[in-house]
Amino acid sequence: MSKQFTPNNPLPQEAPVPDEIATFSEAVEAEIDAHLAKYPLKRSAILPLMFIVQRERGYLDKPGVAYLADRLGVRVTDIWEVATFYSMINTEPVGKYHLQVCRTLSCKIVGADKITEHCKSRLGIKPGETSEDGQFSLSEVECLGSCGTAPMMQIGFDYYENLTPEKVDELIEQCRSNQLSNGVR
Amino acid sequence: MFIGAIGCEPLQLARVQLERSESLETYQKHGGYESLRKVLGGMSPDDVIGELKKSALRGRGGAGFPTGMKWSFVPKDSPKPKYVVCNADESEPGTFKDRYIMERDPHMLIEGMLIAAYALGSKTCYIYTRGEYRYIIEIMDRAIAEARAAGLVGDKILGKDFACEVYTHSGAGAYICGEETALLNSLEGLRGHPRMKPPFPAVAGLYGCPTVVNNVETLTAVPDIIRMGGEAYQKLGTEKSGGTKLWSVSGHVNRPGVYELPMGYADMEKFIMEDCQGIPNGRKLKAVIPGGSSVYIMPASDIEGKKVTMDYEGLVAAGSMVGSGGFIVMDDTVDIFESTKNLTEFYKHESCGWCTPCREGTDWLVKVFKRIARGEGKPDDAQLLLDLCDNIEGKSFCPLGDAASWPIQSAIKKFPEDFRRHLAPLAGGNGHKSLSTL
Repeated sequence: MSKQFTPNNPLPQEAPVPDEIATFSEAVEAEIDAHLAKYPLKRSAILPLMFIVQRERGYLDKPGVAYLADRLGVRVTDIWEVATFYSMINTEPVGKYHLQVCRTLSCKIVGADKITEHCKSRLGIKPGETSEDGQFSLSEVECLGSCGTAPMMQIGFDYYENLTPEKVDELIEQCRSNQLSNGVR
Repeated sequence: MFIGAIGCEPLQLARVQLERSESLETYQKHGGYESLRKVLGGMSPDDVIGELKKSALRGRGGAGFPTGMKWSFVPKDSPKPKYVVCNADESEPGTFKDRYIMERDPHMLIEGMLIAAYALGSKTCYIYTRGEYRYIIEIMDRAIAEARAAGLVGDKILGKDFACEVYTHSGAGAYICGEETALLNSLEGLRGHPRMKPPFPAVAGLYGCPTVVNNVETLTAVPDIIRMGGEAYQKLGTEKSGGTKLWSVSGHVNRPGVYELPMGYADMEKFIMEDCQGIPNGRKLKAVIPGGSSVYIMPASDIEGKKVTMDYEGLVAAGSMVGSGGFIVMDDTVDIFESTKNLTEFYKHESCGWCTPCREGTDWLVKVFKRIARGEGKPDDAQLLLDLCDNIEGKSFCPLGDAASWPIQSAIKKFPEDFRRHLAPLAGGNGHKSLSTL
């Protein structure tokens, strides 16, 4: 007869393998402490801390998630729950330069499609893809609050506005020769 | 891009063109923190709320709720801490005013928040900024540090018995977090799902404590209201809509930008054709979405020669809304079917997934739009879109469902020909009965 599940008689489980936990430098730990000091509840710092993990590790990976759960005193699933809700939190690796072209109406009617097409043809990738050398990712994103200077895109956190295909060429050229900040901070 | 006032003295934009306008020095040289000094120098919290009520200031985030009233809902006798939260999530398509206020005049926001905190008995303020505005957060952090060093933030502000902290907080890319209760959940470290109301945030907001959530433009109006008095501020606008309003103008105009207009500015047509310098390339005006993507679209025929007044009442009378003031102008090259599809895709992406009508409804709307665009639609698809909207509007948990429905309903009503053009071939000509509803 199979064993009945009750809270006092749990199903036998394999011993859990502890997650690998990310570690950070003292300077980064101090930065994290400064964020935590802003809030009465540590959990409030989840998004600011995710951005830091993402910056340090390229994306929010499993050891990064384990670190956050530990640091904030919440479950690993609590971290994933939040991470998967917000479009700026990357749970998969992205290219060094993440080109995010605004696709929403104000940009759309003044040529956002042309900018996206241009990026596609210059980079050889479609929105949602990363180039094989890991240098570039391309995304189409929703309104970035730059409608008066449309069309536009963000590379990392940096805004590039009033774009033309020529300007895009220049930017991509600067990325290729590592002369442009990737806007990650 | 233009930034300035038309038809009034600039209030919120008074300093944006000055050199180093973001610095404390510039701000103070031009009257900055004098209103805070006035408040701490002898006004009671009730006096401040009284001036706000007299000013007829209405929330500038989109809903237009009277600010003084909102503040007065915070219970004075609550033993819990109280919070002032600035909604700087600015993600309504077509809206970019808050970005420039914070970029050019961050201290005006800090002063507005401090006055709000004093009036509400709060010791902590958070500025919830959309994650994409990282450079704005950096500007605000610098301004807060500068204010703290000058004794304007922290303990014993201006030497008085008033302590208040101001912190920035970053979102991470979610339109729904502009809805105030979703914002509060996000600020608590949760997914940005809206909360059931009531209780309203004024009673149970951040961490279950009394909280006021106000838009950047609302809070930055406060120092001017205190300086000139509520009544004088109200008189700049109309009886029911006091003061001035920022309009973020984008799309097909020769001079896009952030325009500060007195509430009740007389004529939308003049605004587009003269102040915004008209439509580029000699094209004709086709449509305007005057208050951010969530409001009803207005055809040129509802604007030209109609002397539409630009305030809350005037735009409702003209068939739309002030919303966030995200003023999107479209010329006659725009296919309203395409523009509405674009916005519907936005709402589908941004639906938080919490409630079924919005999550499933916006997904179906996009599916129907896409099949029409591919030429695989059904003759009844315009009616199907309206039916779907009817099942979303008023039936979803928060206003995002309404916001997704209104653009479609108004687009089909006001621009039937743009939908007919896509559907008629599918219906085998114009004779199909479903097209007669268009």
